[in-house]
Amino acid sequence: MLLEYAAIATMILVTALVAVIAVVLGSLFGPKRPHARKLLPYESGMTPIGPGTRRVPVRFYLIAVLFILFDIEIIFFLPWAIAFRELGWYGFWAMVVFNIPILIGFIYEWKKGGLEWE
Amino acid sequence: MTITDFSVILPVTLLTAWASILLLAELFLPRAQRPFLALLAALGLALTLGISLAQSAQEFAPGFGGMVVRDGFSNFLNVLFLLTGLFGVALSYRYNQRAQIERGEYYPLLLFSVAGMMLMGQAADLIVVFLALELLSFPLYILSAFAYPRPQSEEAGLKYFLLGAFASGFVVYGIALTFGASGSTDLARIVASVAAGSANLPLLTAGAGLLLVGFGFKVAAVPFHMWTPDVYQGAPTSVTAFMAAGAKTAGFAALLRVFGAAFPALAADLSPLMAILAAVTMLFGNLIAVAQTDMKRMLAYSSIAQAGYLLMAFAPFEIEAARTMAVAGALFYLLAYTLASFGSWGVVIALEKDLDRHLSIGDFAGLARRSPWLAAAMTVFMLSLTGLPPTLGLVGKIYLFRAVIEGGMVWLAVIGALTSVVSAFYYLRIVVNMFMREGEPAVEREWWLEFAIGAAAVVTVVVSLWPFPLFEWAEWAVMKLF
Amino acid sequence: MIPLSWYLYLSAALFAIGLYGVLARKNAIAILLGIELMLNAANINLVAFWRYTDPAQMAGQVFAIIVFAVAAAEVAVGLSLVISIYRARKTVIADELDLMKW
Repeated sequence: MLLEYAAIATMILVTALVAVIAVVLGSLFGPKRPHARKLLPYESGMTPIGPGTRRVPVRFYLIAVLFILFDIEIIFFLPWAIAFRELGWYGFWAMVVFNIPILIGFIYEWKKGGLEWE
Repeated sequence: MTITDFSVILPVTLLTAWASILLLAELFLPRAQRPFLALLAALGLALTLGISLAQSAQEFAPGFGGMVVRDGFSNFLNVLFLLTGLFGVALSYRYNQRAQIERGEYYPLLLFSVAGMMLMGQAADLIVVFLALELLSFPLYILSAFAYPRPQSEEAGLKYFLLGAFASGFVVYGIALTFGASGSTDLARIVASVAAGSANLPLLTAGAGLLLVGFGFKVAAVPFHMWTPDVYQGAPTSVTAFMAAGAKTAGFAALLRVFGAAFPALAADLSPLMAILAAVTMLFGNLIAVAQTDMKRMLAYSSIAQAGYLLMAFAPFEIEAARTMAVAGALFYLLAYTLASFGSWGVVIALEKDLDRHLSIGDFAGLARRSPWLAAAMTVFMLSLTGLPPTLGLVGKIYLFRAVIEGGMVWLAVIGALTSVVSAFYYLRIVVNMFMREGEPAVEREWWLEFAIGAAAVVTVVVSLWPFPLFEWAEWAVMKLF
Repeated sequence: MIPLSWYLYLSAALFAIGLYGVLARKNAIAILLGIELMLNAANINLVAFWRYTDPAQMAGQVFAIIVFAVAAAEVAVGLSLVISIYRARKTVIADELDLMKW
């Protein structure tokens, strides 16, 4: 039974081996001429502006959290959509009821200005 | 789906819908109409209370394929939780204006939390237990941090959240193991699979242990109590009052439901553990409370100690006769605790003039002269928490101790009695301060607050003189549980 | 087929890692990550038990989905609290939040 995985395991092994060999050979035999310019982070050939880890405005966080909250409802929709025909009208109305609180949440968020960018 | 399904969860549904409408109403009401929201919230709670009382005559009914249930136990708790909510609104109304935290989300959150507690009382499936636990907890996390930008409040909110979420991790893992051991999350089916011998007992015991840890956090039992003093101190006092009574009662509702109904087969393994937990909680809570000078912290440790007394109800589970009495005693004691706890937090609110300065025990000096009725009410609450006559606290403790002794755990009853004596020291110190010391405490005169405190004090005394109908109700409530 | 116990070991290991994260880390965000690991460990358990005991009954799978949704709500509440504190105090290290005795 485990043999079915043998091909995948072999592929993972070979891939990892090739990657390791390439990196090791390159660092062993490749020429090393360090230069201040070369050690800079790569930014399309330009001189880098500012640090690489820049702070993201908190606004992004708010949108992200709101997104997660509404996005997660999808995991209830998916199984429902698959069994939609078997569930019939009962399933339909159950989903309508399920959506009402989400709608209320959405109205609340909208009116409170959670969706305004500025 | 039938009419019965809806009728079973009608109170919870109504309260949730009411809270949602309240949330929308807040958006469209002008700022000046904000006080109106408190009235609306109280109206919703009162309406739900009416429906719950009307349903209390009806018989046992399962709903939604056995996910939820309506029985005597849930009826008793529904009434208790709705009273908790009403008390919560009464205590918050003026306090929130004074603290300048009169934000529109307050009352909807409070109502959602009450709905979660009621669902907890009705849960007959571990999935619903988990959902109810989160529904009651999330609003409380937010409410604890409600006094932002006051740093103490934010800190309390974060601490409560981190430890609460940690506890819910244990609960979910415990439920997963229980599910694996018995093949079901339905409490009745778990019992059936244990009876049929098809359950994996070691796995079930592990699951029950993890559930115990999770709920232990919720009810603040030692050694899972460390969040309690900080959260109770930092949260707005109106929220603390609600949390101290409601969240603890809901935690015990879950413990009683899950451990009382689903795990009687594990009683031999769990009872000694519960007894030790109860003893440690009583000892630790009471001894630390003695050393406190800050009023809110003292009440926090006192509430830990009270959780210890309630945990005694789980100790005599091996003996059938003692078990029913113990659970009925626990329900009775929960009512007594709710009244006394709300009353004493109400007095704290009345005395808390400067919200950034901590109220110390010394601040109670001279209250008897300044405001004799308030001092008298506070004395009643302190007596009730200690377990002295003429209060409900004494009656509740007698029922609990009797059940424990009948369950053959005399040593636990002795520890309970001894720690009650210790608790008299710090409870009665406040009474001494109020009556014997000179001082000029600043007292807020607020009608709703005084009404709530007065009602709690009167009920505590009057019902204790003739407690039998109430205890019969509690006994009737647990009859169907086993 | 892979035996059930393998899944249980994996989930127990995840739970233990999460537990360690909660207890050992000081950063509130890291603690939150630990809690998420604990919840997801339980999810692995639920789905594995469901698959191996009684696949006709959906309870285990449904519960896993509910845990997902609740965990998302939990993260939303938690991150809001963390952001709110960070704005005021410029720290999310649990040890530095010591206005009250911790």
